[in-house]
Amino acid sequence: MTALLVLEDGRVFEGVPYGAVGETFGEMVFNTGMTGYQETLTDPSYHRQIVAMTAPHIGNTGVNDEDPESGRVWVAGYVVREPARVHSNWRANRSLDDYLREQNVVGIAMRGTRALTRHLRERGAMRAGIFSGDALPPVPELVERVRRSPEMTGADLAAEVATTEAYVVPAIGGKRFTVAAVDLGIKGMTPHRMAERGCEVHVLPATATAEEILALDPDGVFFSNGPGDPAAADHAVETLRKVLDAGKPFFGICFGNQILGRALGLGTYKLRYGHRGVNQPVQDRRTGKVEISAHNHGFAVDAPLDGPFDTPYGRAEVSHVNLNDDCVEGLRLLDRPVFSVQYHPEAAAGPHDAAYLFDEFCEVMGA
Amino acid sequence: MPKRTDIQSIMVIGSGPIVIGQACEFDYSGTQACRVLRAEGFRVILVNSNPATIMTDPEFADATYVEPITPDIIEKIIAKERPDALLPTLGGQTALNAAVALHESGVLTRYEVELIGANFDAIQAGENREKFKKIVAKVAEEHGLNAESARSVICHTMDECLAGAETLGYPVVVRPSFTMGGAGSGFAHDEADLRRIAGAGLDASPTTEVLLEESILGWKEFELEVMRDRADNVVIVCSIENIDPMGVHTGDSVTVAPAMTLTDREYQNMRDVAIAVIREVGVDTGGCNIQFAVDPATGRMIVIEMNPRVSRSSALASKATGFPIAKIAAKLAVGYTLDEVPNDITKETPASFEPSLDYVVVKVPRFAFEKFAGADQTLTTHMKSVGEAMAIGRSFPEALQKALRSLEKKHSQFSWTGPVASKESLIARMRVPHDGRLRTIQQAIRAGATLEELHDATKVDPWFLDQLFLIHEVAEGITEFDGPTLKKAKEHGFSDVQIGEILGLDEVRVRDLRHALGLRPVYNTVDTCAAEFAAKTPYLYSTYDEETEVPAGDRPKVIILGSGPNRIGQGIEFDYACVHASFELAAAGFETVMVNCNPETVSTDYDTSDRLYFEPLTLEDVLEVVHAEQATGPVAGVIVQLGGQTPLGLAQALKDAGVPVVGTPPESIHLAEERGAFGRVLAEAGLPAPRHGTALSVDEARAIAEEIGYPVLVRPSYVLGGAGMAIVYDDDTLTTYMGKAATDHPVLIDKFLDDAIEIDVDALYDGEELYLGGVMEHIEEAGIHSGDSACALPPITLGSFDIKRIRTATEAIARGVGVRGLLNVQYAMAANVLYVLEANPRASRTIPFVSKATAVPLAKAAARVMMGATIAGLREEGMLPKSGDGGTLPMDSPIAVKEAVLPFDRFRGVDIVLGPEMRSTGEVMGVDAGFGSAYAKSQQAAYGGLPTKGRAFVSVANKDKRAMIFPVKALAELGFEILATEGTAEVLRRNGVHAKIVRKQSDGPGADGEPTIVRRILDGEVDLIVNTPFGSPGQSGPRLDGYEIRTAAVLRGIACITTVQGLAAAVQGIQHIVRGDVGVRSLQEHAQRLRG
Repeated sequence: MTALLVLEDGRVFEGVPYGAVGETFGEMVFNTGMTGYQETLTDPSYHRQIVAMTAPHIGNTGVNDEDPESGRVWVAGYVVREPARVHSNWRANRSLDDYLREQNVVGIAMRGTRALTRHLRERGAMRAGIFSGDALPPVPELVERVRRSPEMTGADLAAEVATTEAYVVPAIGGKRFTVAAVDLGIKGMTPHRMAERGCEVHVLPATATAEEILALDPDGVFFSNGPGDPAAADHAVETLRKVLDAGKPFFGICFGNQILGRALGLGTYKLRYGHRGVNQPVQDRRTGKVEISAHNHGFAVDAPLDGPFDTPYGRAEVSHVNLNDDCVEGLRLLDRPVFSVQYHPEAAAGPHDAAYLFDEFCEVMGA
Repeated sequence: MPKRTDIQSIMVIGSGPIVIGQACEFDYSGTQACRVLRAEGFRVILVNSNPATIMTDPEFADATYVEPITPDIIEKIIAKERPDALLPTLGGQTALNAAVALHESGVLTRYEVELIGANFDAIQAGENREKFKKIVAKVAEEHGLNAESARSVICHTMDECLAGAETLGYPVVVRPSFTMGGAGSGFAHDEADLRRIAGAGLDASPTTEVLLEESILGWKEFELEVMRDRADNVVIVCSIENIDPMGVHTGDSVTVAPAMTLTDREYQNMRDVAIAVIREVGVDTGGCNIQFAVDPATGRMIVIEMNPRVSRSSALASKATGFPIAKIAAKLAVGYTLDEVPNDITKETPASFEPSLDYVVVKVPRFAFEKFAGADQTLTTHMKSVGEAMAIGRSFPEALQKALRSLEKKHSQFSWTGPVASKESLIARMRVPHDGRLRTIQQAIRAGATLEELHDATKVDPWFLDQLFLIHEVAEGITEFDGPTLKKAKEHGFSDVQIGEILGLDEVRVRDLRHALGLRPVYNTVDTCAAEFAAKTPYLYSTYDEETEVPAGDRPKVIILGSGPNRIGQGIEFDYACVHASFELAAAGFETVMVNCNPETVSTDYDTSDRLYFEPLTLEDVLEVVHAEQATGPVAGVIVQLGGQTPLGLAQALKDAGVPVVGTPPESIHLAEERGAFGRVLAEAGLPAPRHGTALSVDEARAIAEEIGYPVLVRPSYVLGGAGMAIVYDDDTLTTYMGKAATDHPVLIDKFLDDAIEIDVDALYDGEELYLGGVMEHIEEAGIHSGDSACALPPITLGSFDIKRIRTATEAIARGVGVRGLLNVQYAMAANVLYVLEANPRASRTIPFVSKATAVPLAKAAARVMMGATIAGLREEGMLPKSGDGGTLPMDSPIAVKEAVLPFDRFRGVDIVLGPEMRSTGEVMGVDAGFGSAYAKSQQAAYGGLPTKGRAFVSVANKDKRAMIFPVKALAELGFEILATEGTAEVLRRNGVHAKIVRKQSDGPGADGEPTIVRRILDGEVDLIVNTPFGSPGQSGPRLDGYEIRTAAVLRGIACITTVQGLAAAVQGIQHIVRGDVGVRSLQEHAQRLRG
């Protein structure tokens, strides 16, 4: 049985099926993390994306019940080079192959993952499809089908991945704060990191209104990461503006950073091929210190890097910047307890260098 | 934070001679550091006793001291140069220890030298086990991390031991406190073991104390390479996983980067611990290495140790990732922060990131047990390998198979032909870690072993074992020659040779068929970022993948073949020659392309050549590189002469394949190497060689020996580098030797020239003119391998007439053979006859020594000659002196002495007597105005020095008795108390030397308890040992006595001289030390004096 990865510009890679057999469509992206495939697969921000892993050997440690970041696999398709035949880890209870099949995720194991990455690097993220089975239609027809699949730009996806019911993550070891966390595609580690610091986290659906948020009388409000184009997330932007009007401390991660950007009147744009990996250098411009950080974003905020700027909520500044490409990685209001970052301090997968941001959130809530 | 401006000059300390555990990785790190610091405008003062290093080239530092790395010598250099700072973290443990000594003795304070790159407390914390345990406990507690040290209990009674073992759980490691060299340690698997081992341990310990420690044998082993800058930015450059679980030294383990069997949670925990530990230890800036053990059943993690300096693993990590740890460590040491240093590979992104790999790197160790008869070959926590090879592939199987063939060793690769041993015997064998254990596992797979059986026997992680099964299944699938089968095999790293073996085809036939199918490797870039950004620096590896990334060139290219993994006889000296050629040819307008697979070297630094191919040096791999390069532009030449025997061995086959091999043509190489042909060259030139013959049987051998006369030098005809050589004095020994030698190969028998002076010559020939690079006179007599013999340059007992004869002979050989480039000839002078022993038309081990001693860059000149320059032209350019050469050095030239460094401390039980088989791993150089002080320096650099007072024990063979009288007399006059065995003492007394007779080991202790000499040595009563061997190997009596004396000397680390010539030299050296006229002089001053 063969599998094909077909890109919208007509490039085709051949391989063998991995995980479920069938077909799938999505935006083609690559992830350079060498660990953490289980966290990646279950990160809701990857909704409607086909993820290619640049690390060749995937599945070596199998799948366990502790590491998923949400209740299911979100990637639209999975591209690997060398799937493990035998997994080995004391926490594992099944193979990745079985897990993907059980979750009905169509994947492909193929030699050309590096060629694919170089192609995306040069030409930018694009739509793709994975097709596997015994009798595949001719390639031109597959390319045509890929071209008919929906684009990421303009997609409002938060509601597709977020919880539909509010739930509470209790504080660990004594409650200090109440946090209202708006789920735009939240990863399990995020409320956990807050709970560890004494936050009782009320996770709310993406459709939550400012009134619902403020009704909790939270010490702080949090907007999570999530999939889709921030330019299409008008509801979240409106909600956040009302939260800011109410003067609540705010912290945002990833999509939440883009929402803050828009709430402050800034624009967002699509990066050519995004940042997806666990090795990105981000500099905290206040201290000059560099954090090695986990990233998963295809869009970024367009903000002035050369100094503070005015917003409807007072002066703001770019607090963090990516040293690889000068991409805006964090925003902060100078006169209010409001900040956000484009990357993932909760890590999972990735390094914990930025975990201090959760401490800062607690500090501003406690101030 | 930018560069510091408050310091102007920096002293860098190298790691000294190549020894097991400390090899040319420190030349790589030191060279990088020196280059960086000079480029930053600092005045660099370098100290390193190893002349074979590239870092000690005069152009890499402002003042280069090839002097012993001892506190007193370094103090002299500091006093003279007055550096502002000392950078000790790039020269291994040697440099770190020297820095600690200089700190403790107050030298650094006295001369106001600031330690940079590490501070004293951090060094201490990293080294002191108790301190380190506390640090680990503290960071685990404070940060809530999964990290511990191995649990242990200190016990003073057997009851405490039994209780302790109960808490820890068997097996336990028993370590008696304060015993020499860990004597009395062992594993106790049950109570009976414990009673036995701990009982003896309590007895052996002067404080009646043993430490019981939980066993972590069989746990998974990992390493992280960490960098920190002074703004406290920390990055993990690389993770490395050992395939061999805990119990085998990481230097002896097969290792993989990145780690293959960690989830993100475990990896991040490890990362957090590493960062917290180096912060707590207080490593200010630079690279460190930290090792972990993980219990595969529970994930419990133990922090084993950390090194607050650049290490072998950091060289490996640098090559594995493209992140140059030493270079960046040097920048951080002078004040930069990681974000201020650009990533060399991408040019656009900063060094403050963590490399992401989209390939797999495998490192395999290379051992030399065949050189050390009697050595324990079990792999343990003491490192025994002498070198390593690294390979890169897009999958583990591809990388592993490339790495195994990079070892260039018979039976290093997996094989599916020939008989296979029984599963049971293979499994029994793999239970004990040994060289080639992966192959034993592969053979067991052939014999039907299951993954569970293999895991049970080796504790190798099941994932790795399954990869071996995968390779096996691919091999099983090679049943006929078709495209898909071949493609699959190549993707899993199979070589043409392996495929040919399986299909019963010749390698060349497989290659032709493969090429006919259009199946060739592509070359991917080591880009630090898994292709996220474009790579600007072409550091390439072959893989059977989709797209090739070889950039187009614009100049004619020269491909230089390196020397592969270090081994005894082929090491850093050849890397030196290759690197020099690369630098010089780049300057001459060529595009330089390096091919090598040794991760420790400077040649495999991507900064050295225009392109680097990290590839095995097999015919297949080299041909593919040549093809890939030819596809992007013309290749002007391939250089095989500089990397030692490895590339030289490929010369003919490369030429046959149409590759433009430059320099001495393959036919000429053959002329020099083939005995008959070389004999004709000598005959034509009228040069004598020792008489010789070839024997296939004992009878033939005895007949030849009778004809040419004993003693004879015997060796198998199929080996190089002196393996299996012996000097034989009588029929019985010859019979024994022939019995042991495989008689399906002929044995070469040469007349051995007793009492001959051996002379080594390095020369350069362009077809017209001979440039005599240097004439070296060996200290030890002929018969001791030139690599193991000390030598002096200029020669100390040869007159101008002798040198003229040597010049004439060398020129005749160069012309007769047809050399274009370098030539090394070994001569023996006996009874005023100059015999030719052998000639090698390639760079020799002594090229760097000669270049430094004479201040002439011979390897550079050779590279130019190979590409068509003439000696006359190079004289014109100023690369070679306008007139004269290494044979016409002025009478008042300083004397340079090269001394070999031997690894006997690693191979307990091996006799340390020197012989025709080379066993040294490295060398040092001592240079001074006179021979005595130069020799003394060489001894100090190699073995920590000669004693100047105390007791000297002398026991020599009859043939040496006459020659030892005067030097021993001189020792007595210097104030040494002389001890001797009866026969030696008699001769000395008759010559007026008061020698005290001591008991031989074979005499046993005296009636009144008088100890034997071996006991005295072990008790530390002896300061200098002179013992020349006599009798035949394996016999009892005097031979065995000598063996035990020498073994005791190694155990106690006492200077032990085994030749009478060495004794004479040592006495001169001691006289000079006593007089105190040992000065320091930089190579730059030396060159100024020699070349003006």
